[in-house]
Amino acid sequence: MSFLTYLINGLSLGSIYAIIALGYTMVYGIAKMLNFAHGDFIMVGCYVIFTICSTLSGNTFVGIIAAIIICTLLGVTTERIAYRPLRGAASPLAVLITAIGVSYFLENLALLIFGADIKSFSSVVKWNGVTLGDGSLRIQGVTIVTIAVSIVILIALQLFIHKTKEGQAMLAVAEDRGAATLMGINVNKTITLTFAIGSALAAVAGALLCSAYPSLSPYTGAMPGIKAFVAAVLGGIGSIPGAMIGGLVLGIIEILSKTYISSQLSDAIVFGILVVVLLVKPTGILGKKIQEKV
Amino acid sequence: MKKLKSIVSLMAASALLAGTIAGCGGNANGGAAGADTASDAQGTESAGGVFKIGAIGPLTGGAAAYGNAVCNAAELAVAEINAAGGINGYQVEYSKEDDELNAEKSVNAYNTLKDWGMQVLVGSTTSACSIAVSEYTKEDNMFQITPSGSAVDCVKYDNVFRVCFSDPNQGIASAQYINDHNLATKVGIIYDSSDVYSSGIYQKFVEESNGKNYEVVSAEAFTADNNTDFSVQLQKAKDAGADLVFLPIYYKDASLILTQADTMGYKPVFFGVDGMDGILTVENFDTSLAEGLMLLTPFAADATDDLTVNFVKNYQEKYGEVPNQFAADAYDAVFIIKQAIEAKGLTPDTSTSDICEALKSAMTEIEASGLTSAKMSWEANGEPNKEPKAVVIKDGAYVSAD
Repeated sequence: MSFLTYLINGLSLGSIYAIIALGYTMVYGIAKMLNFAHGDFIMVGCYVIFTICSTLSGNTFVGIIAAIIICTLLGVTTERIAYRPLRGAASPLAVLITAIGVSYFLENLALLIFGADIKSFSSVVKWNGVTLGDGSLRIQGVTIVTIAVSIVILIALQLFIHKTKEGQAMLAVAEDRGAATLMGINVNKTITLTFAIGSALAAVAGALLCSAYPSLSPYTGAMPGIKAFVAAVLGGIGSIPGAMIGGLVLGIIEILSKTYISSQLSDAIVFGILVVVLLVKPTGILGKKIQEKV
Repeated sequence: MKKLKSIVSLMAASALLAGTIAGCGGNANGGAAGADTASDAQGTESAGGVFKIGAIGPLTGGAAAYGNAVCNAAELAVAEINAAGGINGYQVEYSKEDDELNAEKSVNAYNTLKDWGMQVLVGSTTSACSIAVSEYTKEDNMFQITPSGSAVDCVKYDNVFRVCFSDPNQGIASAQYINDHNLATKVGIIYDSSDVYSSGIYQKFVEESNGKNYEVVSAEAFTADNNTDFSVQLQKAKDAGADLVFLPIYYKDASLILTQADTMGYKPVFFGVDGMDGILTVENFDTSLAEGLMLLTPFAADATDDLTVNFVKNYQEKYGEVPNQFAADAYDAVFIIKQAIEAKGLTPDTSTSDICEALKSAMTEIEASGLTSAKMSWEANGEPNKEPKAVVIKDGAYVSAD
């Protein structure tokens, strides 16, 4: 019975990693860049919701919509100012380092505006969840909502990418940027759209992250962002269903290693998995062929 | 593939960097100032008829609340002593200096006070400043008593004593308190293994728990990089049947632990130390979750003994706010100095160095009674022995647990 409890805890944590990893992998799959600032976009989304819902006591729904809009604008602006000019740079490292810079910039900006004090986030999910068995097993409402939202996003993204013109353009850009340009696809516009979607997903992930772990600080997004990156690699970076599976598996591994091995070593194990995956199966669980990535 | 590897190594580097940066937050400027060391002890010869006591603390800046509490309470204590006839019949003069929470400025403040003729120092308020100043008080053989410097190194020299518990000794005090008040039969611990403060208290607590009337049934750690999900640590404490969970951690992590315990439906007594002070100030925190939370703290302003009632009343009249534990520590410090001077029958014309020698031996002999404990005595190493006190959160406010 206690194993099941831990498994459910792992599922809760994993569902959060999964929803963050979706945004990570989406941007990587198409723009072929790791947006290290993704975790900090999440943090920005959380602060927007916190400000609207708690400080101004506004409607939760309004807060989430506002966070999505602001994160989308932030993502598009960041892409335009910080990433696009470097896309043609000689080394692909330039844009990665810029992304780290953006990450620290956002963290410090939040520190300046909101201060280092933590704020307690009111959950956007008011539902308590379901109780199983004799009442000792409980799946939290936020876990179920997170998994449901992840699946909806997963399906919506797949439909968007495979059924719409813009989605097809994304696939083309992902496959061969040069050829896509020759075919008359506006690469810059396509990548901007990718960032817009990825950042909107960050806002949604932020709302759910802070609902599950209601402590908001300028560094809220940093560690979950890095773990979600590991999850995306585990699932096969660039693969959208892979991000979902990778997130859930990683969360369960983390909780079980905390439980049965050591609560202090769990991070070492999680990052050890990253090393092992890269050595043994660099394409991850679902990222079989490069062509299938998106 | 090659590209991915380089990306990943970069990622790892950035993670490492992030860890380093997060790890060094909150440290005050630790280095002692190099300048101004030449002035010798002769400048401190007193002007005859009065004792001169100085205090140092951050009177401006982010920690101003602490420094002002210490300096105001010391001032209040001196005023009360003078009104009652002084020490050994001699009046006391008092002066305070600002150190802005900066170790270098704290040393400058000390030199300013020394030039003024200070014979005994109450300060500094914070640990890093207190340590920096102790390098100079040691050299000058000036008696120093820090009201609130809790780091172990604050009292590493024999001329320095403290009023508060040291960080690790809070572990001992907590164990005693839980034992003496029969708070639990089974105790779980959740601590931050990446933090010296937290793991120091944890170790002392476990050592002291031997032979107590409770049993430590689970001790689970977390690290600064993994401090969002506490479900495993809480579940283990719950499965082990812990009816009290000891949290020697800061309130930031504790607020999450309280929330997650509530979600799990786990309701033990939570017991914290001074790092827990502040949990009620977390913005938007549901304080009902902290209901019943106990924390070890030397002073509760709502206590009903005469000493506390008078102190709170006089402090409020003079400074317009309710005194905190820093104020109580400083108030006690001044009366401890008075008692030690009286025990040795010192007069203001004694040299600063002789006063220091006399007070060093007096400190180990006296038994003081004050706001922070009814019975305090000291070891020669500067650590206080006193009865731990705790407060409990009731209806969103601290009330004395005794």
